[in-house]
Amino acid sequence: MTAESAPTPAGFPDTSPGSLFATTTAIAGHEGDEIEAYLARPAGSRSRGGVVVIHHMPGYDRETKEMVRHFAELGYDAICPNLYSREAPGASPDDAAAVARANGGVPDDRLVGDVAGAAAYLRSLPYANGKVGVIGHCSGGRQSVLAACRLDDIDAAVDCYGAFVVGEVPPGLNLKVTNLLPDLPNLSAPLLGLFGDQDQHPSPEQVAELGRLLTEHGKDFEFHTYEGAGHGFFAPNRPAYNVPAANDGWARIAAFYGKHLAAEG
Amino acid sequence: MCTYTTIKDVIDGSAKGAGGEWFHVSDITVYFDHPVHAMAEHTLNIDFTDPSRGPSARVAVELTADSAVRLVEAIQAALAAVPVEMRV
Repeated sequence: MTAESAPTPAGFPDTSPGSLFATTTAIAGHEGDEIEAYLARPAGSRSRGGVVVIHHMPGYDRETKEMVRHFAELGYDAICPNLYSREAPGASPDDAAAVARANGGVPDDRLVGDVAGAAAYLRSLPYANGKVGVIGHCSGGRQSVLAACRLDDIDAAVDCYGAFVVGEVPPGLNLKVTNLLPDLPNLSAPLLGLFGDQDQHPSPEQVAELGRLLTEHGKDFEFHTYEGAGHGFFAPNRPAYNVPAANDGWARIAAFYGKHLAAEG
Repeated sequence: MCTYTTIKDVIDGSAKGAGGEWFHVSDITVYFDHPVHAMAEHTLNIDFTDPSRGPSARVAVELTADSAVRLVEAIQAALAAVPVEMRV
């Protein structure tokens, strides 16, 4: 039997508990540009919050899409905009990342516009409760903080080991990156930060500095630094994967979003 | 970390890409950052590309820092072993 001639399963789409679906779609990003995005949603009609997953600099890859499905499994509508849609539409993630890097990286304003578009898309979906969180790892960690500073409708932000939120950016990088010191007073969402004590970017000292600044600005934040964990400890396909840190980190994320992305009332 | 460090230059040569096709390469991007495939936290990465042919016209290598130094030394030794007049 070919796929084309296979009968549609009874009751498709499956709405039994634990079911979810994932698809590639198009959304309006910065300045209304149509960009690709990967969407995963839990089945059923239960009210749910949304999560925007910001992919890391190596791209809109399989592992990031896996995280999107993980959030759907946790009960959220989740979406990852392809930040390289403009430079390299249809290209493989690593080739697209190479083009984006050669072009100087993703400008901050465009990133913020793309996250805003993704958040608006999530809020437009059936059963959305209107709450939207953001999360990113590595470069995406910085961008998660950036989005929560520049946008006023993010309900919870997660920064997983983002470099250059604080600290001096070395000259001559040829990429459009600055620290976020001028933006931090505008942080408009509770922030969960997950870090490794073996990481130097951000270093434990920079994490402490960020905590000090957020306290000074009166911001709601929660940081966890894992002993023995280095940069990238959430990445199951990389040597830095750290099972205890990643497992506890996922639990912290679930609790954080459970608290801040639940429907009011 | 994402080091963000990126060095670009123009080159003139050829590379054999995915699918076994040779193509002209006009650009290189060199950076020390997370690899896609190599089992190291950071590697010296080189992209040989022809941007005019699209994102997939790329030959990529990811080398440990020590390997990258060996490559540089090997290239310099190979070039030093031939008369200057041959380098045309």
